[in-house]
Amino acid sequence: MALDYHLNHLKELESESIYVLREVAAQFENPCILFSGGKDSIVVTHLAIKAFYPASIPFTLLHVDTGHNFQETLDFRDKLVKENDLRLLVASVQEAIDKGLVREEKGYSASRNALQTVPLLNAIEKNKFDCAIGGARRDEEKARAKERFFSHRDEFGQWDPKNQRPELWNIFNGRKHIGEHFRVFPISNWTEMDVWQYIYQEQIEMPSLYFSHKRMVFERDGVWYSDNPFMQKKPDEIVVEKVVRFRTIGDISCTGAVYSEASTLEDIIQEVASSRTTERGTRADDKRSEAAMEDRKKAGYF
Amino acid sequence: MTTTPETFDSKAYLDMELLRFTTAGSVDDGKSTLIGRLLYDSKSIFEDQIEAIEAASEKRGEEYVNLALLTDGLRAEREQGITIDVAYRYFSTPKRKFIIADTPGHIQYTRNMVTGASTANLAIILVDARKGIVEQTFRHSFIASLLQIPHIVVCINKMDLVDWDEKVFDKTVNDYKSFASKLDIKDVTFIPISALTGDNVVERSRNMEWYNGSTLLYLLENIHIGSDLNHIDARFPVQYVVRPMKNEYHDYRGYAGRVAGGVFRVGDTIKALPSGFTSKIKAIKTMDGDLDEAFTPQSVTLLLEDEIDISRGDMIVRENNVPQIEQTLDVMLCWMNEKPMPLRGKYILRHTSKECKTLITEIKYKLDTNTLTRIEGQTELKLNEIGRVSIKTTVPLFFDSYRKNRQTGSIILIDEATNETVAAGMIV
Repeated sequence: MALDYHLNHLKELESESIYVLREVAAQFENPCILFSGGKDSIVVTHLAIKAFYPASIPFTLLHVDTGHNFQETLDFRDKLVKENDLRLLVASVQEAIDKGLVREEKGYSASRNALQTVPLLNAIEKNKFDCAIGGARRDEEKARAKERFFSHRDEFGQWDPKNQRPELWNIFNGRKHIGEHFRVFPISNWTEMDVWQYIYQEQIEMPSLYFSHKRMVFERDGVWYSDNPFMQKKPDEIVVEKVVRFRTIGDISCTGAVYSEASTLEDIIQEVASSRTTERGTRADDKRSEAAMEDRKKAGYF
Repeated sequence: MTTTPETFDSKAYLDMELLRFTTAGSVDDGKSTLIGRLLYDSKSIFEDQIEAIEAASEKRGEEYVNLALLTDGLRAEREQGITIDVAYRYFSTPKRKFIIADTPGHIQYTRNMVTGASTANLAIILVDARKGIVEQTFRHSFIASLLQIPHIVVCINKMDLVDWDEKVFDKTVNDYKSFASKLDIKDVTFIPISALTGDNVVERSRNMEWYNGSTLLYLLENIHIGSDLNHIDARFPVQYVVRPMKNEYHDYRGYAGRVAGGVFRVGDTIKALPSGFTSKIKAIKTMDGDLDEAFTPQSVTLLLEDEIDISRGDMIVRENNVPQIEQTLDVMLCWMNEKPMPLRGKYILRHTSKECKTLITEIKYKLDTNTLTRIEGQTELKLNEIGRVSIKTTVPLFFDSYRKNRQTGSIILIDEATNETVAAGMIV
């Protein structure tokens, strides 16, 4: 009998995530994966494919489309869905604006980021999704450090930090009343580095935005933004061509690029390892107030 | 100071172990400073995070950068200056990846400590060198032993405030050892540190030449965790049944789950519980290919030679090594809800992938977690209390004692009306 049964950390994390995804399939009637086209949701989708292999994933992919996406993100999403025979549902922020359900922000720092909550909650209600699987990790941001794998949301989609259920061992309690739903985060224990190393190990295809490319950008508050029709430029914000890549991908109107020549996964990993700013440090949506994410979660954001 | 390597070793990163540990200590013991120091000295803190805490420290009128602010996330906590919930922090060194379950030390947060401790391989128990062993030390150590955390590291902190005195350290160690003999603690190490100055946390202390043990980080990186899981008793709780509904997989019926104990090999004769039917393992499937064997904690899908009826909640074990099968059992329960547990209370019980109902038939005793005395004649358990109870379940459970296997020996209780998780239980 061999004495050395151990898993390395990526394999252990992978096993844990697969376990969580299978629990979701077992405990909920109609789960969906919140798919943004970002690396975390791509990894979650990959893990789901592994978890149920050789059957298809018993989840719908839900994309909350702000209308301010990078075209590359949309193309990547469509390709992934087609190649893996997945079900995709798109919830549109533009539609919500047109219907008067949400109001577009005005001004230089306007973004549609916070507007996603309403179409998301509407899609969840309309489709009777009782569980939404997201790629959020606990290392990303202060308010996420306290999140559970299985996070209960009330009928308003709200998260109450004082009222989260204790999560012991790996026994998950997904019980809920009608109208309530859960958010589940299978890669809660993964760090940014783990995600990239896993992508490298598995050779998962990623959107080209993550890799170095030439782009027309302008600078605002120390962050480079892609030149786009959705952001109002100030008179002193001049568009130049730079060699950049994106470390995290949100809307074009709130995602900053970093100067980089990292064009392969190995390059990206080296860069992430020596990086001096957190991944979300280039996200304008988190900078707005010290407790920005927490407030948005209380309102039912991701 | 540790130096940042010129190039990051990707290959080494692909082959590290994962260590989960808890940190227990009260507000004043310096726990948050210790964690901040581990994150800071292992370069797991980013520039913008440093900027954020510098700004926050300044706003609060503090003179020095409060590393503890790194770890207090929620608004209410930052305002009060204490940690309320379990917070998970992550860092890695070239040798290992670490997950810290940072829990509060007050007795009213016992449930948080139990939660954080449930998946930990190691517990760091912080002692203030000036105060020595206090009530809290007993309680934290007791919880660590109750939750069967295999390794305990007692960090005697604030050595800078006791003049780095070896005698203070020795006395504390002896005091600890004498009460710890009453507990079920297998492996304890003692380290004199100062989280504030960094002595013996990551860097060796120059102020304590008399100490010949390792630094905290060295211990965390090197402690042997390979034997912590039960690799002997094969246990496979069936989590999900995979039925592809595709032509090429017409008869495919895969039992998906995570190996909870021991090792399963292709060709093994297995027994399915509760039916008792036996079969042989035909294949162990993963998307990356078939395996010859699967061990805990791998997630796999088992295919059996025979078509026997198995569903979620059932367990697959080896024919000659079955768990205990009972409907009446004793558990050490930690009550986690504001509403107390009455005798004859009825709850939903979850054990591995199985769910059933249960009745509390007897409260054998309640434990005073500060003195470990047993209090009998209780008719209820209140929030944060720990006691030994007898329960009766509606269907038989297939379990091992918690000492033998933390996965097959643990349960949770759920309130049927509110859906809240009300208790954590360790099967005796």
